[in-house]
Amino acid sequence: MAMTVQLDVVSAEERIFSGLVESIQVTGSEGELGILPGHIPLLTGIKPGMVRIVKQFGEEHLIYVAGGVLEVQPHTVTVLADVAIRAEDLDEQAALAAQKKAQEAMQHAGADFNYAEAAAQLAEAIAQLRLIQKLRKK
Amino acid sequence: MAGAKEIKSKIGSINNTRKITSAMEKVAVSKMRRAQERVAHSRPYAEAMRKVIGNIANGTIEYRHPFLTERDVKTVGYIVISTDRGLCGGLNTNEFKRVSQDLKAWKDKGVKAEFAVIGNKATAFFKRFGGKVLAQQSGSGDNPRLADVIGSVRVMLNAYSEGKIDRLYVVYNKFVNTMKQEPVIEQLLPLPKAELSARKHSWDYIYEPDPKVILDQLLDRFIESQVYQGVVENAASEQAARMVAMKAATDNAGSLMDELKLVYNKARQAAITQELSEIVGGAAAV
Repeated sequence: MAMTVQLDVVSAEERIFSGLVESIQVTGSEGELGILPGHIPLLTGIKPGMVRIVKQFGEEHLIYVAGGVLEVQPHTVTVLADVAIRAEDLDEQAALAAQKKAQEAMQHAGADFNYAEAAAQLAEAIAQLRLIQKLRKK
Repeated sequence: MAGAKEIKSKIGSINNTRKITSAMEKVAVSKMRRAQERVAHSRPYAEAMRKVIGNIANGTIEYRHPFLTERDVKTVGYIVISTDRGLCGGLNTNEFKRVSQDLKAWKDKGVKAEFAVIGNKATAFFKRFGGKVLAQQSGSGDNPRLADVIGSVRVMLNAYSEGKIDRLYVVYNKFVNTMKQEPVIEQLLPLPKAELSARKHSWDYIYEPDPKVILDQLLDRFIESQVYQGVVENAASEQAARMVAMKAATDNAGSLMDELKLVYNKARQAAITQELSEIVGGAAAV
């Protein structure tokens, strides 16, 4: 029987794969990597692409990952996969968008805030109306 | 039969409200289940990452990442996660109260604060409360994605790297169980020491390309995943709180209807009795 190693592929949103595998093929940041049981401890970034794994008893399995980090320990291999393709400028764009939203939200009254204010005004108006009605009855 | 008609229409309107609240309760129950699953799914990643980072940080490399070093606190940063919608009991109010208390403690020490807010309710709160809001994000809905938090987290990480803030916290409602949700404030940066407990037997990795790049990449991802976990946990809390609030509303509407039915029946009987006595009285007079 072939030697196996425990592989976990996890992303922030879900556990993608967990099980015993005979070998793993992945594109590292420095080049193609093939991991077999007994590999030396290794930590490397991985590029977006396919991870080809051979499960116990020889069944092949392909997983797409959008980048991430590969960690090899003596008895386990972990792929920390990104949920989407990441790039420095894309992240900066997201940051700018969040900043802009903050400025907008603080300047213009949000829909929610308007509602609270309007509700308070409405309650006040109703109270005034009631008072007027009472005064008229007397 | 004075007032009977009004009571009847009141009962009708309460019944309609009850239908809505009980529907909302059922929706919340099913959404909560999915939200809980999402919490469970995001856990393995954070755990795996914590182990790797702990190993590197306690390893033999000389490089000290700024995220790992304590410095004097002049300004603190908060990422406050709230819900987008209301009707979930005191969930948001309790959370904001907790934040205000914490802020007051910092203020007494002369420390300033800056915020990143996630969710409409927090936005509205900080608009009223006042405070320097650096980033805002809302509308992630019932199915929050990691991509939704990247922008806000990035802003705070940049602020930390530039030295604008010296500490970073995340605030969200922790899902304890269906009946109990607790607002919690967790320190993200600098990484608390306890998070980085080393494994018993540590080994030296081969790093490709080099430890600094990988540690940078990992730490960014780790903070993001912590915030993302806060978001999903908060989403689960929201559904649970809404479920409880809507159940209470449905029950209240039910008991209100019972009371009104009693009043209505009394009024109806009084009217019949009056009519009868009028007829009897009229017959006697003849």
